[in-house]
Amino acid sequence: MVPISYYLVLSAILFALGVVGFLIKRNLITLFMSIELMLNAVNLAFVAFAWQWKSLNGQVFVFFVMVVAAAEAAVGLAIIIAVFRTRETLNIDRVNLLKL
Amino acid sequence: MRPHLHLWLIPILPLVGAAINGLLGRRFSHRVVTLVGNVFVGASCAWAWRVFAQFLSLPHEMVPYVHDYATWIRAGSFAASYGLYLDQLSMVMVLVVTSVGFLIHIYSIGYMAHEGGYYRFFSYLNLFMFFMLTLVLANNYLVMFIGWEGVGLASYLLIGFFFLRDSAASAGKKAFIVTRIGDLGFLIALFLLIKHFGSLDFSHLFPAISKLGIESAGPGLLTAIGLLLMTGAAGKSAQLPLYVWLPDAMEGPTPVSALIHAATMVTAGVYMVARSHVIFSRAPAAMLVVAIIGCLTALFAATIGMAQTDIKKVLAYSTISQLGYMFLACGVAAYSAGIFHLMTHAFFKGLLFLAAGSVIHALDGEQDMRRMGGLRKHIPGTFWTMTAATFAISGIFPFAGFFSKDEILWNAFSSEHGSWIFWAVGLLTAFLTSFYMFRLWFLTFFGEFRGIEAGVSEHGYGHIHESPKVMLIPLAILAVLSVVGGWIGWPESLGGVQHFDQFLAPVFGGHAEAAVTAAEHSKELLLAGISVLAALLGLLLAWVLYQRRQDLPDKIAAALGWLYNTVRDKYYVDEGYAAAFVQPLIKGSTYILWRGVDAGAIDATANESAEGAEHVSDALRHMQSGNVRSYAGWVAAGAAVVIAYMVYMGVR
Repeated sequence: MVPISYYLVLSAILFALGVVGFLIKRNLITLFMSIELMLNAVNLAFVAFAWQWKSLNGQVFVFFVMVVAAAEAAVGLAIIIAVFRTRETLNIDRVNLLKL
Repeated sequence: MRPHLHLWLIPILPLVGAAINGLLGRRFSHRVVTLVGNVFVGASCAWAWRVFAQFLSLPHEMVPYVHDYATWIRAGSFAASYGLYLDQLSMVMVLVVTSVGFLIHIYSIGYMAHEGGYYRFFSYLNLFMFFMLTLVLANNYLVMFIGWEGVGLASYLLIGFFFLRDSAASAGKKAFIVTRIGDLGFLIALFLLIKHFGSLDFSHLFPAISKLGIESAGPGLLTAIGLLLMTGAAGKSAQLPLYVWLPDAMEGPTPVSALIHAATMVTAGVYMVARSHVIFSRAPAAMLVVAIIGCLTALFAATIGMAQTDIKKVLAYSTISQLGYMFLACGVAAYSAGIFHLMTHAFFKGLLFLAAGSVIHALDGEQDMRRMGGLRKHIPGTFWTMTAATFAISGIFPFAGFFSKDEILWNAFSSEHGSWIFWAVGLLTAFLTSFYMFRLWFLTFFGEFRGIEAGVSEHGYGHIHESPKVMLIPLAILAVLSVVGGWIGWPESLGGVQHFDQFLAPVFGGHAEAAVTAAEHSKELLLAGISVLAALLGLLLAWVLYQRRQDLPDKIAAALGWLYNTVRDKYYVDEGYAAAFVQPLIKGSTYILWRGVDAGAIDATANESAEGAEHVSDALRHMQSGNVRSYAGWVAAGAAVVIAYMVYMGVR
């Protein structure tokens, strides 16, 4: 019997890795993967709680998150391709036209 | 059966004319503007005479004829209505204003024909007529005050008629501001009347005041009200110390000087004092002040008038001086003499201005008498009419001015409020008046022409030219009035009947002259003889100086030195006022109110707060660098703060 805290700590570590990856990486695709990592860390927390409290709500929510993530992957990859076509780079620091 | 006089038509007709010309006149042809500008005033004048015919047959108990048209203000126990009040006094004023006003309107057709803003001129002139008639017909002080301020507005608009000329614009402002100082006194007097009598209606107020006794023990409420009313009158009628605006008002077109600044508006103060005679006759101290101010102004302005060279300026100072006479009359309780002089003055001074306008017109705008002379042969029509007016104002028998001026001088001497000092000053003034008027007459019409023959101007005339008929006819009518206008007040000492005094007697409480003895009559005759002698002396002196020995004036001026310069420069009163009031006001406004309060406090607050906002937002702006990772960093930091706060709250 693994206590719930283990799952939550793992979830927190995965989420933190996602955040740090998002902040320090420059490649767009890597950033995208970091976002997926954060989403899945949250998913893990959801199912852990659902198991703990014997409730289906958390598991249903995970399905929604997965659907949204799939849609996001489709749109996000399309944006990345469009960015690459116009600017010929995937370096996020060089995509900085939108500013004052 | 109460006859309905339809008094309201008299003021409303000129207002309609003013509205039509003012709103639509731009698109009208010259001819239509002329028609509209004159027909309505003419109709008003005709109606005034019709009302006069009906008024004469009104039964005694119906005079004064009062008609309320609508309630204006109702506040607690105080009420004021739009109403008109017709008694003998306002009847005289209405006839003078509409008749002289109509003649001057006709004259303006010729005088203003070549000026720009023709429709604007007639619109303003009609507007003035409306306000002036409101003033004289009002049935309470508040409606009178509307007219009072309205004529001030019309005067301002017309003085500044040539507003592109800086001097005209500032003369308009000066007139408006200086009269406003007097109006403040008038307003305070009205407040005192409301506070103590609860009404401003003549028909309530005067019977209530009549019950009060004469304030002989010492100044009281009525004295205060009287003095404040006199402040207002001094502003409007250009008396000491508020006369300074009238000479500058000559910047306006000459018909305006004739109508507003000689014949009608400036006499509003005299009318107001005569209208308030119930108050003044119960306040001897106030009456004494009125008489002294009138007396001093008459003398003071006459001395300045002697040394002026601008033909209109001479007439302006002469107007101030004659207004002083009228106040002197009111101050010695000879109200009907004052109103009589007001009427004859409207004839001859209106004529003098119109004739001066005709001279100026003939010389294409020349106003300096040193560059005139010998005009008698060139413009005989103007010369003869002006001669009539000059003899009238100098008080030479049997011209109009003789009768009214002599009545004032006699009353100044013989009235219970009078004294021989008033008479002596009045006599001296009469001498000076005669001198400066004949000086003007000789300088303008006799001798050699000293000006430069004007070339063909834009008016299309080349040489000195007589004015058109449309200008000469009003001159002729006024000239006849200047001769015969005084005959309705032929003194009994000369075997006549004082029709004018008898007509006004019901208003001023007929101070019956039954007690006048033959000795009194002979004394009056003697004084009249002395004043005519003074006038002839003035004529003689002017003839010697400006006709016989033309080198003398310069020698006398040189001999008198600084005294002459002081008089010529109007006793430096304008400069004194500028130093005492205007400059401190401008300096205070510039350095304290403008640079201190406005720029230093108000603007600075607004500017500094705007600058502060700019600095803060500038700092915030740099957060939006376009670097996506820094945005993410801010989001993460914000989330971290929120989580930390929630954890902290949860732990607690």
